[in-house]
Amino acid sequence: MSPAAHAFSSYDVLLLLKGFLTTFALALIGCLTGFALGFVAALLRSTRSPEMAPLRAALAAYALAFRRIPFLVTLMLVFFASQAMNANLSTFTVALVSICLIAAAYLSEIARGGLESVHRNQWQAARALNFSHWQTLRYVVVPQAWRVIVPPTFGFFVMFIKDTALASQIGVMELTSAGKVLGNKGLPEALVYGTILMLYFLLSYPLSRLGKHLEHRLAAAGNR
Amino acid sequence: MTLQFGPILEQWPYLLGGAWLSLQIAVLAFACGMLIGLLCASILQYGPSSMRRIVGAYVTFATNTPQLVQIFFLFYGLPEVGVTLSPFTAVLMGATFNAGAYLCEIQRSGFASVKHAELESAAVLGFSRMQIIRHVTFPHVMKVMFPPLSNQFIVMTLGTSMASIFGVEELTGRIDNLGAETYLSVEAFLVAAVLYIAITLLATWLLTLYGRSVCRARMDIL
Amino acid sequence: MPLLEIVDVRASYGSRAVLEGITLSVETGEIVSLIGPSGSGKSTLLRALLGLVPIERGSVRLNGHAIDYTSKADVGSLRAGIAIVFQQYNLFQNMNVFDNVTITPTKIKRWPRDEVERHAIELLGRVGLSHRLNAYPDQLSGGEQQRVAIARALALKPKMLFLDEITAALDPELVNEVLKTIKELSQGGLGMLIVSHEMSFVREVSSRVVFMADGCIVESGTPQRIFDAPLHARTRDFVGKILRH
Repeated sequence: MSPAAHAFSSYDVLLLLKGFLTTFALALIGCLTGFALGFVAALLRSTRSPEMAPLRAALAAYALAFRRIPFLVTLMLVFFASQAMNANLSTFTVALVSICLIAAAYLSEIARGGLESVHRNQWQAARALNFSHWQTLRYVVVPQAWRVIVPPTFGFFVMFIKDTALASQIGVMELTSAGKVLGNKGLPEALVYGTILMLYFLLSYPLSRLGKHLEHRLAAAGNR
Repeated sequence: MTLQFGPILEQWPYLLGGAWLSLQIAVLAFACGMLIGLLCASILQYGPSSMRRIVGAYVTFATNTPQLVQIFFLFYGLPEVGVTLSPFTAVLMGATFNAGAYLCEIQRSGFASVKHAELESAAVLGFSRMQIIRHVTFPHVMKVMFPPLSNQFIVMTLGTSMASIFGVEELTGRIDNLGAETYLSVEAFLVAAVLYIAITLLATWLLTLYGRSVCRARMDIL
Repeated sequence: MPLLEIVDVRASYGSRAVLEGITLSVETGEIVSLIGPSGSGKSTLLRALLGLVPIERGSVRLNGHAIDYTSKADVGSLRAGIAIVFQQYNLFQNMNVFDNVTITPTKIKRWPRDEVERHAIELLGRVGLSHRLNAYPDQLSGGEQQRVAIARALALKPKMLFLDEITAALDPELVNEVLKTIKELSQGGLGMLIVSHEMSFVREVSSRVVFMADGCIVESGTPQRIFDAPLHARTRDFVGKILRH
């Protein structure tokens, strides 16, 4: 067994650091974009007019579908599709698009749940005062719903950091692929993957604690 | 861009075999994970503080690290201490390690949800210890746990797709092979997507039926 | 010309008919109370008039103009002329008292802000809540919330107020402060359509009382006549029961 002292050269550390940051960036950008899209989808799904029914159905089908496809399959699909269309996307972009697609599906459900958690009588009061659907969302419903939406959204982001590991399979240079590189260089695999597990832990655990803290703060503040 | 699904779809027995393997992995990992989870949840609820710390560390660690890297560690790391695992075994062990932690959390909340008042009233009515467990604790805990357990099972079924990375020929692996052979990877993975959606919808439906009728649980998973 | 003219209005919840041919006229400044057993359709009538429940048949005229409930403009003018206060206050939980009162005139109707704010302060003074402008609904008692709801309705400068059992959800000791506010308002010339179970209050403020049962108007007249000398057996039955205590 190689001595632990032989461990990581500064180049290796840099590689791990770069992978760490790429993992974080992938998850963050993907989830933020996914949240923006998912939130808009939830707003659209909150409408009740018959003209919007096909759009609502399409969005519902989308949310259903993309929460039931493994991330690896989505990655491969986007990868091969972009190749077939000669889109010339970087592997990072392919991974980002895949994350967006999935995040949008999950986060639109979370946002939808948040909007629906606002009591019906708030809608009724607004209607009696002649608010339009969008005015009601803007002034009454969303200000009350965001408290319910933020904690699970943050939780999803923290959870997804772990899923980004699969992006290594299409060649994105994130944290897990750094492991492959270091392993090929001859470093002991147990050490390499053990270190990478620790790095994921150091990224995920504090954020998940932050998420719990956030949840308590928002719940305590009530409706303000 | 025209899509040709023919060559992919005509291999449906091959793909179905892959789906069956995926389910096997999911079910095995879930079953073993449930046992580990039950043990850990019991320790967390009733065990001495030293054991609680160890179990707590395991749960925190396993739920904050990716399953893929856990399997990498087992598959590439263990040979260095002389233990070589087949891809299937490594995947199963990794999935079980991961599942055990999540299932422990679910079972722990399940146990914690039983209210003292219920147990007291049962005891006062003359129920024996075994009877209390059978008629009060168990149904209640099953009712509370069934939705998150079902959800976890669906998540694990989707998670089996990473077994393909290690060469295990489950659904994703077979789709990948087929796509490479026929040069129709886009069509192949579209079919994979549809199959996973179908499998998980079917599983959700069956679990919801069982959950509502037998456990009388409020099922609104996925 | 009556302010509000309702002719043969019908409405249902699914297959169940809730309003069966209601015909009623309300003059400007008149205070009309609707009384009757639960399920008689009183609240449904108020909601239907404001377009919150679909009307199947019949016509509604506001100031002589027939309301087409499919036209946004018509419904908008209806909701500008008539303001409603619900049983469950329905204040906007994410805004304080002042914002609850000012938001509709400023953001929806786009009236000039300083004028709206001055009017809001005056209204909140009238309902006795000048000291609670920055409070949020969950910090107020039921009676206080209801008074804010009244101020919010009045901020729209309506020609008429609908009051839908506004004291029914309140603890008994809070009912009087709300009734007192309404009594004062009624003396100011603002017309009202009131649904209430508070019979002594109804008797005191109303110029006309309408008794409804099973979705129909059974009888209507002055409070004295309805309470002291009802013509219909059904009315007599109801009045007898409620006045017994």
